[in-house]
Amino acid sequence: MTAEQIIFLLVALFTLGSGFMVVTTGNLVHAALWLVATLFGVAVVFALLNAGFLAVVQVVVYIGAIAILFIFAVMLTRKDMRDQGPQMNRGWWVGALIAVLVFAGLFFLLQGWNGLSRTAAAIPAGFDAVAELGNALVSPDAFVLPFEVASVLLVAALVGAVYVAFNRK
Amino acid sequence: MVPLSWYLILAAALFSIGLFGVLSRRNAVAILLGIELMLNAVNINLAAFWRYGNVLHMAGQVFAIIVFAVAAAEVAVGLALVISVYRKRNTVIADDIDLMKW
Amino acid sequence: MSFWKDPLKVAADWLMGILTGWGMSEVAAQVLIGFLGVLILISILMVLDIFLVWVERKVVSRFQDRIGPNRVGPFGLIQPFADIIKLLIKEDITPTGADKVVYNIAPMLSMMSVLILWAIVPLAPTILSVDLNIGALYIIAAGAIGTLSIIMAGWSSNNKFALIGAFRQVAVMVSFEIPMLTMLLIPTILAGSMGMNAIIEKQDIWFVWLSPLAALIFLITAIAELGRAPFDMAEGESELVAGYNTEYSGMKFGMFYAGELLHAFTYGGFLAILFFGGYRFFGLEQVSPFLAIAVIIFKAFVGYWVIMWVRYTLLRIRIDHMLAFNWKFLTPLAFTLLIVTALVNALLAGASAWLYVTGMFLSNVALAWAALEIARSYGHKEREKTEGMKKVVTPSQGTP
Repeated sequence: MTAEQIIFLLVALFTLGSGFMVVTTGNLVHAALWLVATLFGVAVVFALLNAGFLAVVQVVVYIGAIAILFIFAVMLTRKDMRDQGPQMNRGWWVGALIAVLVFAGLFFLLQGWNGLSRTAAAIPAGFDAVAELGNALVSPDAFVLPFEVASVLLVAALVGAVYVAFNRK
Repeated sequence: MVPLSWYLILAAALFSIGLFGVLSRRNAVAILLGIELMLNAVNINLAAFWRYGNVLHMAGQVFAIIVFAVAAAEVAVGLALVISVYRKRNTVIADDIDLMKW
Repeated sequence: MSFWKDPLKVAADWLMGILTGWGMSEVAAQVLIGFLGVLILISILMVLDIFLVWVERKVVSRFQDRIGPNRVGPFGLIQPFADIIKLLIKEDITPTGADKVVYNIAPMLSMMSVLILWAIVPLAPTILSVDLNIGALYIIAAGAIGTLSIIMAGWSSNNKFALIGAFRQVAVMVSFEIPMLTMLLIPTILAGSMGMNAIIEKQDIWFVWLSPLAALIFLITAIAELGRAPFDMAEGESELVAGYNTEYSGMKFGMFYAGELLHAFTYGGFLAILFFGGYRFFGLEQVSPFLAIAVIIFKAFVGYWVIMWVRYTLLRIRIDHMLAFNWKFLTPLAFTLLIVTALVNALLAGASAWLYVTGMFLSNVALAWAALEIARSYGHKEREKTEGMKKVVTPSQGTP
């Protein structure tokens, strides 16, 4: 058990535990805060994968914006300060069964592929992932088109969200 | 050294947990929380394959960044819709938003 | 390598030698030395924080034409210790109905979000914790955690005033992150990298001469992020009791308060790093790392003093004015400045140094002038509109 494996196991346990708490806790604000913990765990996983830019963007975008949006939405859609009623719908055991089946299916599928036990190759020296990523995002023979389309999508979402949630008195 | 399979199993487990959340929760906002978990699982998968494949080929990270943008857009519009529904119908329980059922 | 030139490496090697001599593995020794370094840094920062309480109180008293604490110790230097002892022995009240876990974690997260910022601050060319190549983005990430702690504090207090204060403060912080992120991109463009050390290395000419408008907007957004006046919606004492920290007493309030002061000092430090050359001072930093530390701490104090100056001079801005100012003025200006900087940087890239500096400086001044002209004409139109609605009654009218 190398140190890297131990660290990965701890982080994975933390992330999966927080994820489980997100979907089972009754108090919705607690669920949003467990989501923050899960997102932070995922950011640490990105850092373990040497994707530092993705880790920081995960914290900025997910924790700094999306999780805050969730907390606001939870607080704005409660009739009073307490939670009401059961948080699982009537057929929740079917949902659990489907989730377990999906996980088992994916696990079984992954077992049959022999590329799984490969370990990471060393990163070539002098490789600047951030510079390469920047080049890939704006270079015409790389990914500039999905980049621009994503920005159009964000503008559309911005306009749509403001229009839908606008309080017309 | 951490083998690739560990990352993929982590992503699969997170995806299944998110799926359970989407299928079993009553509150519409809680369903959106489950969707976020699933999107994060996909991102872990993409980043892992970038790292364990060809590091010089940036497609994995670019795809993950586009997923960030799409997730942010979806959460914004989804929560706007939920808040709008709450204003009209005064409930966010997904079962009670059944105006079009016959 | 002598101790005076590269203190961290010498100390780390010496400790590593001792620990491996005791039989510890290399990896474990490395981890332990890392922890020790973090511990030392945090201890120094917390002691500095205590000193900042004294600085704050003395400076505010001078701005308000009084002397400030001068009884406890020479020049009141022991006053912060008295404050700390008072906070520590106060009763720790948890309001009924408060969410205990969230209530207790919020002050810790608030302090944590400030301390982790110091991981990327380079104190000298050879003294820095982590040379992160995405340092500028890391600042925003740490701010995001601070935002989270405020909303946790406001919600868990089970108090409507706290909740409203927290909502307002979070709305301001999230809104002002956008111009701040854009302003962090300006030194990135000028230096070609987001890493703090690289930005300092490239500042032969301080970036404040190249882009004064960026420094100004960064200062404004930093003050908004800190939640200090004139943007202190959360602590509007006359409006919201004490905002999100209404229900906090004792050392938990102390954590919020001390965290805010340290945060202000940290942003003073970042202003120094990004725009005022960091630890560079005409080659002084090559002489000794300890001189470099002195230079950057001095510059951080100057930045902190400017932030305090603004706080104790200006009036509080109303929340809707704040948000309108951000979305209708600062954000378009920030994006335009980014485009102009990138353009001028690309056009004048090969020119001589003097032409480059003058070109960038003049473009900034022109943009600032244009923005102020637009704001002025808009204000003029607003004023004409409201004054046109007033009926002016002259003595000749209204006669019986």
